[in-house]
Amino acid sequence: MSRLKADERISIRLRELYQRYGYLPYRVSRFEEYDLYMRNKSFLTSEHVLAFSDMDGKLMALKPDITLSVVKNTKAGGGPVKVSYAETVYRVPRGELGFKEIMQAGLEMIGEVDVYAMGEVLMLAARSLAEISPRYALDIADLRLPAGILAQEALTDAQKAQLMALISDKNLHGLRALCAELAIADKTAAQLETLVTEFGPLGETLPVFEAMNLPQACRDALCDLRALLGMMELYGVGGINLDFSVVNDMNYYNGLIFAGFIDGIPSGVLSGGRYDYLLSRMGKKGQAIGFAVYLDQIDRLLGEKAECDVDVLITYGADTPTDAVITAARKQTAAGRSVRVQRAGKADIRYRERIDLGGEENRV
Amino acid sequence: MINVALPKGRLGDKAYAVLERAGYPCPAMKEDNRKLTFENPEIGVRYFLVRPSDVAVYVERGAADIGIAGKDILLEYRPDVYELLDLRMGKCRMCVAGPKDFRDDRSSTLRVATKFPNIARTYYSACSREIELIHLNGSIELAPLVGLSDVIVDIVETGKTLIENGLAPLEEIVPISARLIANKSSYKFKADALRTLRANVEGVLNS
Repeated sequence: MSRLKADERISIRLRELYQRYGYLPYRVSRFEEYDLYMRNKSFLTSEHVLAFSDMDGKLMALKPDITLSVVKNTKAGGGPVKVSYAETVYRVPRGELGFKEIMQAGLEMIGEVDVYAMGEVLMLAARSLAEISPRYALDIADLRLPAGILAQEALTDAQKAQLMALISDKNLHGLRALCAELAIADKTAAQLETLVTEFGPLGETLPVFEAMNLPQACRDALCDLRALLGMMELYGVGGINLDFSVVNDMNYYNGLIFAGFIDGIPSGVLSGGRYDYLLSRMGKKGQAIGFAVYLDQIDRLLGEKAECDVDVLITYGADTPTDAVITAARKQTAAGRSVRVQRAGKADIRYRERIDLGGEENRV
Repeated sequence: MINVALPKGRLGDKAYAVLERAGYPCPAMKEDNRKLTFENPEIGVRYFLVRPSDVAVYVERGAADIGIAGKDILLEYRPDVYELLDLRMGKCRMCVAGPKDFRDDRSSTLRVATKFPNIARTYYSACSREIELIHLNGSIELAPLVGLSDVIVDIVETGKTLIENGLAPLEEIVPISARLIANKSSYKFKADALRTLRANVEGVLNS
């Protein structure tokens, strides 16, 4: 019986998976300068950061995120960076009132992000989900589509953000009302509506967008999505949907963006995408893509609760010879079973089998 | 099985009537008892009745696949859910209300009493108005009458309570109505069933 918790077990499998594809293990220290997170507040899933003063008075934080640390430490001018990690982060999960320690695994690729690189990362994202459960969905989108459609209209950044939020909520009635209020051209409004109404398996949904008369920037994105679809077929990876509700902050992300879901877990467990803008905001040149898997909720999956705490309970009394106890315990562990050895009496654990090696209490 | 969280009370009854017409009846709902869940296994639907302000929590955390929640709750708590339809029922307005003859003195901080602190904060921050928020849980109209606040931010249906207490709606912040919301993960794994339900409910609303 495996005594590892589900998140520990899966984090080990994910690290092995990423290293098989040459994403070198990357360790970051538990603390990071608070300032790093304050400058990039909206990149974080929660704005709350656990901060404290270091010995020299410098304000430090328990890291709520790994990507920012990886980007900060990337040197310009080197070869491509491919790193992976499985680390603990500290943040306030959405809808909760306090900080939680969360196990997070993921990978980052910084360098020239071409179609191959995108496909490899997407395949690893899908395989990461498959490690958790065969019932997964990986929703992908390309931010160049909504951005290209919105560029046809004279809109402020705040108006664009409002429209993107409605697409993200699949809020068709709200989108229609706002398009009317902003006097957006019917053709553009219809294209935006399609981003809400059309979603489903990539191979079935992509042709709907390809058949539309979209601006050039959108068509470039569709070409990349078509290439990615071909790559996923070659890798033998399924479960990929085109779904624009995954659109995210356009100040950090550009191009491909994705989110992963597991049947039985109510919120997304994986998120990632192209984040070239984050790089440039942090004064670095180049392109980047990556994703993170949040392992804090996977214990919720059915079947994760163990029926027993140990396989065998061995009890002994004051007069039981120690070597008899050791022999009995070794016999069980050699057979791959877990044992709990204790003095005879009450046992507050659940076990499949009990072996009594003497003791007054056992005879009562 | 589709799990539906309905708000207890009048809005829940109206929403159930729409779902019943849309092809999701559950006769047990009409029995007079204290049951909290009602199931129709033939159609594959289970309803449960919860406090209106809790519907979004049940949906966001996946205990319900879909639910009926007021836009006020969605704006206040911003749950991570899909907002699939405006049900055009339970209509009212989120308003700033205060004494009929109220004049805003911008030289001092405005005291605002409300059950909806996030909506109030967002609204006044967009108006660049400095406010002191007073979070109350009920009888909001009392606050300006006894000098606890200058104005209130609250839901106004008919405005009758306001008028009877010498108050009036001063500004409308946003119109409110009931929305059909869905859990994001459920919408992937029960995609066909939930898309059909959305289309059926929309059909009833437009009929």
